[in-house]
Amino acid sequence: MSYFTLKKTRVVLALLFFSFTFFSFIDIYELLPERITSSILFLQFVPSILKFAQAVSLATIGFIVVILLTVVFGRIYCSAICPLGILQDVFTYIARKRSKKKVFLKFKKAYPLVRYSLLVLAVVSFLAGISLVVNLLDPYSNAGRIFTYTVKPLVVWANNGVAGLLQGQRIYTLHLIETVRAPWAIILYVFLFFVFIAYLSYKRGRLFCNLICPVGTLLGLISKKALFKVRISSDKCTKCNKCSSVCKSECIDLKSYQIDYSRCVACYDCLPVCNDDAIKYAVSKSDTNKMKPLQGEKKLDRRGAIATLLAITASSTILAQHGDGHGISQEGGELGSLPPLKLSLREHPVTPPGSKNLARFNSLCTACGLCISACPTNVLQPSITEYGLIGFMQPQMDYANAGFCNFDCTRCGDICPTGAIMPLPMEEKQLTQLGKAVFVKGNCVVYRDGTDCGACSEHCPTKAVTMVPYRDGLVIPEVNQDLCIGCGACEHPCPVDYPHKAIYVDSNTEHVMAQKPLEVESEHNALEEDFPF
Amino acid sequence: MQRRDFLRTGVGLGLLTGIGPFFGGLDPLTAGNAVTKTDLVAVRGGEPEVMFDKAMEALGGMGKFVAKGQSVLVKPNIGWDAGPERAANTNPGLVGHIVKRCLEAGASEVNVFDNTCNKWDRCYSNSEIEKNVKEAGGKMVPGNTESYYKEVNIGKGKSLKSAKVHELVQRSDVFINVPVLKHHASTKLSLGMKNLMGIVWDRKFFHSNDLHQCIADITLHRKPDLTIIDGYNMMTKNGPRGVSTADVVNLKALIASTDIVATDAAAAKMFGIEPEEVGYINIAHDMGIGNKNLSELNIHRIKI
Repeated sequence: MSYFTLKKTRVVLALLFFSFTFFSFIDIYELLPERITSSILFLQFVPSILKFAQAVSLATIGFIVVILLTVVFGRIYCSAICPLGILQDVFTYIARKRSKKKVFLKFKKAYPLVRYSLLVLAVVSFLAGISLVVNLLDPYSNAGRIFTYTVKPLVVWANNGVAGLLQGQRIYTLHLIETVRAPWAIILYVFLFFVFIAYLSYKRGRLFCNLICPVGTLLGLISKKALFKVRISSDKCTKCNKCSSVCKSECIDLKSYQIDYSRCVACYDCLPVCNDDAIKYAVSKSDTNKMKPLQGEKKLDRRGAIATLLAITASSTILAQHGDGHGISQEGGELGSLPPLKLSLREHPVTPPGSKNLARFNSLCTACGLCISACPTNVLQPSITEYGLIGFMQPQMDYANAGFCNFDCTRCGDICPTGAIMPLPMEEKQLTQLGKAVFVKGNCVVYRDGTDCGACSEHCPTKAVTMVPYRDGLVIPEVNQDLCIGCGACEHPCPVDYPHKAIYVDSNTEHVMAQKPLEVESEHNALEEDFPF
Repeated sequence: MQRRDFLRTGVGLGLLTGIGPFFGGLDPLTAGNAVTKTDLVAVRGGEPEVMFDKAMEALGGMGKFVAKGQSVLVKPNIGWDAGPERAANTNPGLVGHIVKRCLEAGASEVNVFDNTCNKWDRCYSNSEIEKNVKEAGGKMVPGNTESYYKEVNIGKGKSLKSAKVHELVQRSDVFINVPVLKHHASTKLSLGMKNLMGIVWDRKFFHSNDLHQCIADITLHRKPDLTIIDGYNMMTKNGPRGVSTADVVNLKALIASTDIVATDAAAAKMFGIEPEEVGYINIAHDMGIGNKNLSELNIHRIKI
């Protein structure tokens, strides 16, 4: 295979991976089945490690495949699979097209102190159960958040514009998509990160990947020993700088004819540009492999690399107990002659079905935003500090403002790449109790206004909320918590405004199984007479 | 022929052709149920499509309601993400059949929508209403965002003075209301008038401002030209969503009338309760929206 073809193949692969990953996040018409999305995200490094720790199976060994690929070919994860890496290449590509400089990029020294410190920080905080650091550093999750919070709203906006025009002509092929805007703090954070990474890649190629990204640093340790490597023949090289000028990782040092393999992302951009046949991508031979470590590059041996890897893998199983949110208790205000409305606030946020328990969820979710993008009812919304700082941007069930969980839906669990939300069979999902409905009679329309309401009971899929006789022929809600699955179908439609809902879901920090709804055959007698009038 | 006879015949014929149309032509004479007007039709014992056709025949035919070139809105209950066997939504076969009959009568377009309780696109597809409507040549129109709903004033409304109503209700020439007969936790029964909660955007207002009064008030905006209550499968408990098929009995009934209060009263009887037990039926009757006293109506009963 010629180097030109090799590079083209890498670019095509990268575009394919990127397109499918990107589309998974902006799939507003739910066109991509969950299993396709899962297959595409199978190779995402950090999510795969997390999922592997939950369930060892062929479906969770993506990170091992990536490690093996790295052992053979170098960091092709970074250049062909990582959505954030490929996104950065777009900006680098634009910069290069716009650049009038003959030498676009040149060799730069590595920043080992920063790199390895961040890697150690990521691993240690992981071990300590503080997922936040990993969430903020993981490239896949960062890309996911860019797609979810900055791109998807634009896609929805464009769709609604076109759909509106078509519907003016009575064409309903496209429909208007309802969205719930994420909190400004999150949009702002993600947007600033996007601008930061766009700027960085525009100016310095893959600097983020070789300075900040812990996955890049970790794979860099492995890629130093990769079987296939790019190498420069000192006999043939004319030091024309063509290769180093296109090197996004700024890792080709022509002074010493050396390449910093810890930073090389195996993009193959350097290979086809050489006119002197001086650059090769081939199986390394031990004799030619002897090179002194690059200046400033701390030598980390194989054991070190393996230890780091093991630490990361282990960390996901050692889940620290944390994320105890914050208790909220405030006094209700005075309102009219009736007793004041009570505040109905849950102590902890409700976590999605399949997340099993709060602490587990907080430590496994990388806040990539995929479930939030995919949730058909928009009930999954990113949190700011509801979980405590530890769960920044992790999803919660926002019954009060956004929606409620669709009874016959398991999409979030089916799609979650980290296993923070485990896939549940439909029957199990429909019995998984995320929390329990609590009825606050003092806030209820029936009690306060003396009129019928029953919106909560209407929507309840298990009839945990029923209407029982009250006074003057009225009926009032009654909750059987044994049947309740905490889906929020009662809280969301309750006409009393948040935070004084007359019924709300108090979260289970540990999900349990609810009782199966009773299926009593209807005792309704078929009418004796055909027409009772 | 004598001149006298000729004149007599001529005058007679002239009167017949000239005055005849004022009495509704010859149709009522040939419709079997002569002279008196049918206020309400109740059909038992057939498949939904057959019962509908019988009912329409008794009411004077589809052409009486849909004229050539008119746009029609068929408003079923598609509130829930549940299959047809659960009877939480209107029977999909019936909805499709009504769409077909409207188009046969010459309707220029037949649109179908509901402001659903569960996620709208799942309701449309899992109820199988979408499939049946499209096969019949009708259009499924979304109702999932506020932009479809336009503010209207309800001058005579008591609790509901204004509401945002789906634009289809406002612009369609013919409005056919097709609810399903089912149990309802708070209003006892979901019927014709209750089904009209699906034409408004903000249902929370109804729930917090005297639900029964608001249900009666919304019918004042636009009374359906025809209400067909689907009682083929009837949810007898756990309504309006239902839990399983154990809640459902196969009643095989259909009620049709231009009087939405009368259909609701008759359906209540079919369910096994008195119309007076349902708050909004009483309110609507007292407001003069329709007649809940079935004994005062000319009812056509058809047993298949």
